[in-house]
Amino acid sequence: MNYVFDFGSLGAYLPVLLNGVLVTVQLTVIGALFGVGLGVACAWARAEGPMWVRPIVSAYVELIRNTPFLVQLFFIFFGLPSADVRIGEMEGAALAMVINLGAYSCEIIRAGIQATQKGQREAGASLGMSPFQVFRYVVLLPALQKIWPALSSQIVIVMLGSSAVSQIAAEDLTFAANFIQSRNFRAFESYFAATAIYLALAVALRFALRGVGRGLFPRRSAMR
Amino acid sequence: MNLKRMFSAAAIAVSLVASATSARAEALDDIMKAGVIKIAVPQDFPPFGSVGPDMSLKGYDIDTAALIAAKLGVKLELVPVTSANRVPYLQTKKADLVISSLGKNPDREKVIDFSVAYAPFFNGVFGPKDLPVAKADDLAGKIVGVTRGAIEDLKLSEIAPATATIKRYEDNNGTITAFLSGQVQLVATGNVVAAAILERNPPKRPEIKFLIANSPCYIGLNKGEPKLLEKINAIITAAKKDGALDAVATKWLGDKIPTDL
Repeated sequence: MNYVFDFGSLGAYLPVLLNGVLVTVQLTVIGALFGVGLGVACAWARAEGPMWVRPIVSAYVELIRNTPFLVQLFFIFFGLPSADVRIGEMEGAALAMVINLGAYSCEIIRAGIQATQKGQREAGASLGMSPFQVFRYVVLLPALQKIWPALSSQIVIVMLGSSAVSQIAAEDLTFAANFIQSRNFRAFESYFAATAIYLALAVALRFALRGVGRGLFPRRSAMR
Repeated sequence: MNLKRMFSAAAIAVSLVASATSARAEALDDIMKAGVIKIAVPQDFPPFGSVGPDMSLKGYDIDTAALIAAKLGVKLELVPVTSANRVPYLQTKKADLVISSLGKNPDREKVIDFSVAYAPFFNGVFGPKDLPVAKADDLAGKIVGVTRGAIEDLKLSEIAPATATIKRYEDNNGTITAFLSGQVQLVATGNVVAAAILERNPPKRPEIKFLIANSPCYIGLNKGEPKLLEKINAIITAAKKDGALDAVATKWLGDKIPTDL
């Protein structure tokens, strides 16, 4: 091996790299917030919602969980314009991530909801709580607590999966690495930097999600 | 007697030299005598040359080769080559001509001769007819798609104004789809890629707005073949005038040959 490493060659492209990090973080935050929100709504609809909504939600969840993220992304960005729905690459990327995480988190949250025993709901109802209050305090919060580690992992997966959005010219971290590599032909250095940054982002994200978990479930110190 | 001998010796010498010259230089005569011309063509570079479903070769270069053979009135023998071995095939006389989307450069000019250009090959900015763009500065405020890392990406990044948005896609398919789906207004790409778009008969037809880099294709032949070179040039020039080459270009590249070719 006679490859001479030159990380200095990345210096000129630092703004590109930083912009890439920013875009990846933005997409992850938006995707995680709205994705988990969508997941909770879908999990509620599937467990408690009107009968006619349940098959629709099931169809959505199965459709998204059984097709590749890249294809979903291409469908939104390249396919929908045929139906005169034209969205930019950032909006398209964020939308694809929300839809994707929505389906997965729906399944995860549903698992937590199913773990709540019927007697607990009845206990809530007998205390005079409205069905919404029962769902919120008796069902959802304990459910979220149970599945929080799994949900955190899924959010990290979506963050890492966001590298696919470079394919529709969204200028995320992977795009930055590809871009730099195609300009200075320093493949090792570019992808090494991207790898290191992704790793750091993932670790930071897990740490942050653990903090969020502690905030959400303060009195349940069993949280790891 | 002495004088006579000298004359005949001189005559023999002259005829020897003459015949030697003709044997070396007149590849054209050899082709005419054999009744067949061997032309090296690509087999892996559509639309210039590729293998059809029936295993026969087809493409712009094959049609040009057929045109030349027909004008010479000889049989055509196609020699499939790759871009790496096309010049060696010519140098070792396995082919009389190379019609294989060959671009001209100083290194190649040292070893072989080139005819006049027979096919357009360029990078440029393409867009729909109703979008007025004539030069790089007109890209201000426009969205241009390009394949990341391609030569047109590097050039466009230099010449495009700061207010132009360049969207870089992973491969030509991404760039084409972005254009066809309206995610970008214009594309910077090669005329061959634009031809591939035209082949799909899209509602939005990409037309050339301005050139980024131009490197037309030439027919390659061995050095020291003035008669063959002259004949080939005459055939190509005539074919440009009478529309025969336009027909080939329209068939494979979706457009007539540019007038300045």
